[in-house]
Amino acid sequence: MKPYKLALIPAAFMVMATMASAGVVAPNDVVFESDGAVSQSLTGVPGDPANGRKVFAHRKKGNCLACHKNSDLSEQQFHGEIGPELDGVAERYDEAHLRGILVNSKKTFEGSIMPSFYRLENGARTMKKFQGKTILTAQEVEDVLAYLMTLK
Amino acid sequence: MKRIMTSAMIGGLVAASLGFAAQAEGTKDSLVINGEDGPVKIITHVKNPPAGSPLPELFSGWVFRSKETRALEADDFDNPGMIFVEQAWETWNTPDGKAGKSCADCHGEPSSMKGLRAVLPRWDDKQGKLMTLEDYINWSRVEHMGAKPWKYGGGQLTSMVALISLQSRGMPVNVKTDGPAKKMWELGKKIYYTRVGQLDMACSNCHEDNYGKYIRADHLSQGQINGFPAYRLKNAKLNSVHARFKGCMKNIRAKPYKVGSDEFRALELYVASRGNGLSVEAPSVRN
Ligand code: HEC
Ligand code: HEC
Repeated sequence: MKPYKLALIPAAFMVMATMASAGVVAPNDVVFESDGAVSQSLTGVPGDPANGRKVFAHRKKGNCLACHKNSDLSEQQFHGEIGPELDGVAERYDEAHLRGILVNSKKTFEGSIMPSFYRLENGARTMKKFQGKTILTAQEVEDVLAYLMTLK
Repeated sequence: MKRIMTSAMIGGLVAASLGFAAQAEGTKDSLVINGEDGPVKIITHVKNPPAGSPLPELFSGWVFRSKETRALEADDFDNPGMIFVEQAWETWNTPDGKAGKSCADCHGEPSSMKGLRAVLPRWDDKQGKLMTLEDYINWSRVEHMGAKPWKYGGGQLTSMVALISLQSRGMPVNVKTDGPAKKMWELGKKIYYTRVGQLDMACSNCHEDNYGKYIRADHLSQGQINGFPAYRLKNAKLNSVHARFKGCMKNIRAKPYKVGSDEFRALELYVASRGNGLSVEAPSVRN
């Protein structure tokens, strides 16, 4: 019994912390337009492109380089070839559409291999430690988005 | 064919700009392994797969590895996996269990096992289940030797699987998918195409839709199992089929099925059938 009680404390604390950060759109409350775009910011706080660049490259966060080439990160070795190159991507999509692709790629590209970074219902058998969690936080999505907007 | 051409062309451009030497679609070299009993030709590419195959062409994982890694497999003297095969050969000749018998006492030379690897897993009427090579070895240990079964996926069992697989080296994989095996094959197929984990991917997303392309530094293969057990440079040991499945599931943040579970047996049969026609290649060398 004891370990459960201990485990509950941080969980309760996290719920309070989430509620406290007013203005964060919960994953299930994100509103999509019919083309998959999401026009409302997930946090109301402007994204930080410098942090977004880090999240983009981080293997345990965005890990975007696993699948996308991006010349702006040429200091990183090995860019994947599964998705399109992201050079100049901000010229091909507006901000709302890029946010939509990050939150849930499948709303834009049906059946895409690209993970949905801010969605709770992912594949079956998700590992316990990732259950009920999004791959990126709302602010990390906004940060990556701000970074993508610099790729012109 | 069209899809492969295009991906190869795009891949080629990316690879060139990043300074990769490898061809996106994999090497065109052929594999002949220098073994103790002379050279063995390995079928690493099947141009016309059996009817009903979901793949336009079949490739062994060897085709997508670097030149250096490929070379390690081309000569048994250089293949680090052969050390484990030699250990298993010793075990083969060593009595164990209450009956005081060795494998050799009943089966003679390991070469008596020729052909077995190519047709496993298979449905066994007597056992009333789908049997992998691991299952047969453990069954024999318990039934005939009065010994304890080895841990599924563990070093001793995997090494013995390698020794027995080696006896079929070069022979085309030819597992049966119909008859009583059909149900398990269907289950394996379902698992193969089901998206799992927080990253929400199925085996097919990587190994059917995107083989030949790089995912970060990894050159994606078709995820064939004709080369298993595989010696991986990454962990410097022989890896069982189920251990590899487990690794891929963990990478997509999915809870893997248990090594030695019926789900992985079913998946093993299904994946093996996707490689019907490729040569048994064990023990292969991978990164
Ligand atoms: C496992 C592979 C994978 C990962 C990881 C991935 N993507 Fe993608 N992405 C794709 C694929 C594939 C497409 C093309 C759409 C399709 O075919 O599904 C795509 C499309 C896109 C597009 C549209 C590009 C265009 O020109 O049409 C953007 C923008 C994008 N991804 C951004 C990202 C970002 C940012 C990340 C990381 C936070 C990321 N992707 C991670 C596979 C991936
Ligand atoms: C995110 C991509 C991805 C997914 C999804 C994935 N794998 Fe893999 N798999 C890899 C990579 C990368 C390798 C190492 C390079 C290679 O052989 O493709 C690999 C290797 C393998 C190998 C070894 C092939 C060889 O010749 O050594 C097998 C077998 C395999 N995967 C089976 C599976 C199965 C079965 C599933 C589903 C349960 C699966 N994979 C899901 C990426 C993936």
